[in-house]
Amino acid sequence: MSSIGTGYDLSVTTFSPDGRVFQIEYASKAVDNSGTVIGIKCKDGIVMGVEKLIASKMMLPGSNRRILSVHRHSGMAVAGLAADGRQIVARAKSEATSYQSVYGEPIPVKELAERVASYVHLCTLYWWLRPFGCGVILGGYDRDGPQLYMVEPSGISYRYFGAAVGKGKQAAKTEIEKLKLSEMTCREGVIEVAKM
Amino acid sequence: MDLDMNVNAPHSMGTTIIGVTYNGGVVLGADSRTSTGMYVANRASDKITQLTDNVNVCRSGSAADSQIVSDYVRYFLHQHTIQLGQPATVKVAANLIRLLSYNNKNMLQTGLIVGGWDKYEGGKIYGIPLGGTLIEQPFAIGGSGSSYLYGFFDQAWKEGMTKEEAEQLVVKAVSLAIARDGASGGVVRTVVINSDGVTRNFYPGDKLQLWHDELEPQHSLLDILNAPSPEPMNI
Repeated sequence: MSSIGTGYDLSVTTFSPDGRVFQIEYASKAVDNSGTVIGIKCKDGIVMGVEKLIASKMMLPGSNRRILSVHRHSGMAVAGLAADGRQIVARAKSEATSYQSVYGEPIPVKELAERVASYVHLCTLYWWLRPFGCGVILGGYDRDGPQLYMVEPSGISYRYFGAAVGKGKQAAKTEIEKLKLSEMTCREGVIEVAKM
Repeated sequence: MDLDMNVNAPHSMGTTIIGVTYNGGVVLGADSRTSTGMYVANRASDKITQLTDNVNVCRSGSAADSQIVSDYVRYFLHQHTIQLGQPATVKVAANLIRLLSYNNKNMLQTGLIVGGWDKYEGGKIYGIPLGGTLIEQPFAIGGSGSSYLYGFFDQAWKEGMTKEEAEQLVVKAVSLAIARDGASGGVVRTVVINSDGVTRNFYPGDKLQLWHDELEPQHSLLDILNAPSPEPMNI
């Protein structure tokens, strides 16, 4: 169901007549074509899993990490263009450490998600920047317990108890919906995620 | 008679300030004297200022410096509360004060006691003395009058007091310091902060208990003939 936005899709600062920004939609396509990334919120924490894509047999395993830690209490899994993902994680790390320096406590996950989302959104506002071609699943544990957020290339972020991005997201979401997450511990969660 | 009272000296708050935790919250207390040199510029000042709905700060040292610091922190905390979507914690308030105090230590002269209640940690008191140290304490004292209270608190402080006990302790302590410290005086103001909110109380100077050696106010010399001897101090 791809729609061609002839003429209205050349810049992220152009709206189409039916009110869409095509560049952002194309960025989301980049995410949809990448390896699947799943995140679930269990009662005592977050479990994230990524599909291991072996780009080359000569590559050393463990060198193309897609789950990265942001701070002692939070981490991110990226789907889509890996380089874009690295940039987002770097920004998140910097936000987290500066929050800790100023406010004296680890950054609440909600606050971190908002900052990452505004950064991603920022890059959809100017014609000299391109939108990020990656979707990020952000998980963390703060005073209010474990929380899971997903940030899309458009810059929107919602809180989830189960999220999936990438090629197999539909199938993964169906599987996640079958799970009873409020009663699951992280240990059991890891097994469920691995099965998916 | 030396009339050379330097009325243009910087306003300093001689001060006695106290913050005490109790079972369920905190009680902050302070005297009300602001002096410029030997002249009392304000005999009824309010040294306990509000930072947020649930956090207050007791100010001592330079009046101007402490007001500016609390104004900045109130502004930052307001923004922080809006972003967070819930009340700020006492720890965050204390940290913001500490950063201003420490990073500007060469220019500022303020000793502050931050006290408040939040849903995660309950009642907490943080002392931030001159150099910008941040220290969490079950009770904290500050200001010139506090020198006379160290021994008193060592003996009278105990863990897990009730709200009434804590408030009585604070009022007694401030009034003892006022009795001995020339730079503290006026009235005793207290602020109680707990899960129910903030309560301000006021104890006028002439209603405070008198201590050993203090004279009863005299209306007529004839009253001295019939005056009883002062009560010895009870612990």
